Amino acid sequence: MLLLLLGIIVLHVAVLVLLFVSTIVSQWIVGNGHATDLWQNCSTSSSGTVHHCYSSSANEWLQSVQATMILSIIFSVLSLFLFFCQLFTLTKGGRFYITGVFQILAGLCVMSAASIYTVRHPEWHFNSEYSYGFAYILAWVAFPLALLSGVIYVILRKRE
Amino acid sequence: MLWALALGPAMASGAPSSSPSPILAALLFSSLVLPPAQAIVVYTDREVHGAVGSRVTLHCSFWSSEWVSDDISFTWRYQPEGGRDAISIFHYAKGQPYIDEVGTFKERIQWVGDPRWKDGSIVIHNLDYSDNGTFTCDVKNPPDIVGKTSQVTLYVFEKVPTRYGVVLGAVIGGVIGVVLLLLLLFYLIRYGWLRRQAAMQRRLSAMEKGKLHKAAKDSTKRGRQTPVLYAMLDHSRSTKAASEKKSKGLGESRKDKK
Repeated sequence: MLLLLLGIIVLHVAVLVLLFVSTIVSQWIVGNGHATDLWQNCSTSSSGTVHHCYSSSANEWLQSVQATMILSIIFSVLSLFLFFCQLFTLTKGGRFYITGVFQILAGLCVMSAASIYTVRHPEWHFNSEYSYGFAYILAWVAFPLALLSGVIYVILRKRE
Repeated sequence: MLWALALGPAMASGAPSSSPSPILAALLFSSLVLPPAQAIVVYTDREVHGAVGSRVTLHCSFWSSEWVSDDISFTWRYQPEGGRDAISIFHYAKGQPYIDEVGTFKERIQWVGDPRWKDGSIVIHNLDYSDNGTFTCDVKNPPDIVGKTSQVTLYVFEKVPTRYGVVLGAVIGGVIGVVLLLLLLFYLIRYGWLRRQAAMQRRLSAMEKGKLHKAAKDSTKRGRQTPVLYAMLDHSRSTKAASEKKSKGLGESRKDKK
């Protein structure tokens, strides 16, 4: 069963890393030379090295996306911490309910952040040609993984 | 503080080989860190946002090493955006406020401060775009008259925009608060339910003990031999019932009992 435990922890840490990278790297939308959101709007000149970075728009919807991404990180870290707590304090046969609930909450937060962004980003982007950057894709990948991790915690039972 | 600042560059430009004496260093440090012995410090907001046509409060507070005297005076000055001169728009002295009656702020300023509470705030009504600029609050509390004034910049908008971070903070704080509340509620309900369970268990075991106690009391009343009989009777009845159940099944035994 040590292998199962290790696998579960690796999955949780992977979700955490995905959430961190997706929140911190400002590349939710990339265009020709610009990469923008969540925090900065950077553009490189065609020669390659020159950067001009401005902070992203103060639109309320962008702020709510930032808030829910931060919340998902908080919930996921809390869930990891609670998992280790419950590992040592739970009675035999008990289920990791709190851990699972927080991880599922983190997954729902990422989903709401990515959905809000998808619907509302034209409000602060005016150029028509753009494509989604890797940070946006990582956010969508983190959502099912977080949900899966949370469900595994809820189903799991503690042995010895 | 000026002499300390003068010493600073002198020390820096002086011989780098010689180390400054510790006493001098201590004096320099104390003069920079401790507040000056007798001066007045004025506090205002840094920026104030207002909407056209509405009113805005310009707060002004101060710290003084002396008690608030009756000769305390407040002065508000206004420097228009892009202008060079500051004009005086409000003055309070000897308990009497004097409001601008001829300038651009005529009949628009209201004194809402109170010297006893160290508050020298004014309210400007009916804002206009020409009110953009810098307002300076100057407080003099004799004998404490030396000090720095403080400035507040007024921005007038058509519609006041929400400051950055309000939505961010509200969403994060709100969701975390709701989750904590739900957890607390869940744990309280579970704790109450467990306590009720424990109480019921205790009552059940107490009732059983009471029944046994009562049976024992009855048997001792009637004599010593009879408890054996009663015990035997009970035992026989229970074994008969058990055997009946085993052989015939529940439904038929119910019919027999009827």
